[in-house]
Amino acid sequence: MTTSMPDPSQKHQRREHALMLALVSPALLVILALIVLPVGWLAWQSIYHDGFTLENYRRVFTEDIYWRSFALTFEISLAVTAIALLLGYPVAYLANSVPKGWSILILSLVVLPFWTSVLVRAYAWLALLQRTGVINQFLRYLDVTSEPLALVHNTFGTVVATVHILLPFMVLPLYATMQKIPSDLMQAGASLGASPSLTFVRVFLPLSLPGVLAGCTMVFVLCLGFYITPELLGGGRTVMVSMLVSRNVELYNQFGAASAVAVVLLLSVLAIFFAVSRFISLDRILGQK
Amino acid sequence: MTTKRDIRFGYALLGGSLGLFATTGTAAAAEQITFVSQGGAYQQAQTVAILDPSAKKLGITINQDSIPDAWPAIKTQVGSGKPIWDVVDTPTGNCLRGGEQGLIEKLDFSKIPNGAAMPESYRSPYSVSYEFYSSVLAYSQKTFPKDAPNSWADFWDVKKFPGRRALRNHPFATLEAALMADGVAPDKLYPLDVDRAFKKLEEIKPNITVWWTSGAQSAQLLNDGEVDMEMAWNGRVSAVAKEGAKVAFTYNQGVLQSTSLCILKGAPNLETAVKFLNEAVDPVHQANLPLHIDYGPGNPKAFETNVIKPERAAQLPSEPANAAKQALMSYAWWSSPAGEAAEKRWASFMQK
Repeated sequence: MTTSMPDPSQKHQRREHALMLALVSPALLVILALIVLPVGWLAWQSIYHDGFTLENYRRVFTEDIYWRSFALTFEISLAVTAIALLLGYPVAYLANSVPKGWSILILSLVVLPFWTSVLVRAYAWLALLQRTGVINQFLRYLDVTSEPLALVHNTFGTVVATVHILLPFMVLPLYATMQKIPSDLMQAGASLGASPSLTFVRVFLPLSLPGVLAGCTMVFVLCLGFYITPELLGGGRTVMVSMLVSRNVELYNQFGAASAVAVVLLLSVLAIFFAVSRFISLDRILGQK
Repeated sequence: MTTKRDIRFGYALLGGSLGLFATTGTAAAAEQITFVSQGGAYQQAQTVAILDPSAKKLGITINQDSIPDAWPAIKTQVGSGKPIWDVVDTPTGNCLRGGEQGLIEKLDFSKIPNGAAMPESYRSPYSVSYEFYSSVLAYSQKTFPKDAPNSWADFWDVKKFPGRRALRNHPFATLEAALMADGVAPDKLYPLDVDRAFKKLEEIKPNITVWWTSGAQSAQLLNDGEVDMEMAWNGRVSAVAKEGAKVAFTYNQGVLQSTSLCILKGAPNLETAVKFLNEAVDPVHQANLPLHIDYGPGNPKAFETNVIKPERAAQLPSEPANAAKQALMSYAWWSSPAGEAAEKRWASFMQK
């Protein structure tokens, strides 16, 4: 397979590039018009209001409610990511190792909640978790608890519902990566006398890491911007950054105050992506060794 | 009764849309305005009680729009120099703030006799009260079959009235309630002693299970027995009670709040808008509103029209005897610098 094929002519390649560019340009235009321009305009508002001002950023960096909100948002996002990974990895592993029909069933069950709105799911969790909810009533019926547990209207309820909503974003990239791991490698490991758990730890797990990283990044970043779930299930005390953004519009009656918060969040997300992208390429280098 | 109303409403919709077609087809034939309220059952009730009768009487077309929070739209529309809305029904504070910032027309009350006849605390240079609702103390009758909490001092008394509590995640009415719990009389609240109010709120904070953000949420909390008492809007509580939940509320120490009508600066149909404004607060139209929804008329003269039966009047927040037990929210104070500072302080109070 290493015999050198004649390179396709440069002309052909250039034509292909032009065609690709023509094909993606509508999508690029949509992104430019609907994302880049409005976000840019909002970012501009955060530093310009009757003249240049850093007041909005001064507030974000000096008033401690912003620090608290950012810290809480990152804490929740980390917790959600970790739980989603712990729950999602076995599911993806199972879907990868069973016959095709079963894996389709498992994946459809994972994706099924996608078809219900986030709002409906938040209310469903409320029905399950609240004081008079199904779980508390069941626990009292079993006589496990004498007082209903505070499962919702706090950070706990927020994390549970958020994990539920974001789980597919963990499972799908994991599954896609696992699919590409050749099963011969596991057999090779077994034939060399390694126990199943050793083959998993030494062979399968490292090869699935790109999926882990992709899934974690997706879940973490999506969670940073969560709004409806903490608003409905947080009891008013779980103030995530997105809620500060909306509250700032009401409080300061100008978009700049809110967009400064959004810009800081956006920059942190970009920083995370940058860090992760370095990790992934590092991973590839290690893999090629 | 209801079917008749529904049919009428259907015709109104049909008429409205036909009217819209006609006016887009030809140049505006008859006088028209664009009226904006908050949608839902509330806007439907207005359509039947106030908007349709006003349109008929004045011979104008009222195009309707709705938005949950009109303030950002008022700002952008007037800011663009070409507003498309004429009259908005919005929390009174928006009208005052808008007036101060040059976004709302100053009203000439010589052209609005119905408004001029209203008590001064029911209007401002920029607005007239349109309807009233109240932030009241609501409670579960299951938890409190008798000796129910009857004042904010009771709400704050966790020993005498044990149970889970909820308040609105907003300083409006909540600071007022805290001060009343601390012994301030309902008619001596303003200017609010903000420090005292927050201090009193710190006291009850550990006992608040939920700080609710939407009216629907407050209704759900009470309906599902998630809390035993809470501050809620009267219409939400009575709706839950109507569905059979064992809940009740008291108007005692309620905080009477209003939405008002005001006109956007540079409104495209200013003259017609003023005519409509006058008609909309006509006592008879106003008296019709509570026949369709649990809100009180903005014009107190509505109670003298005999349209509202006494037993119905007794349920309404702005009925004079009920109003006398309550605090009337001062939107002038809330849109003053002190009020805005209190609003900003709320965020750090919540996150501490």
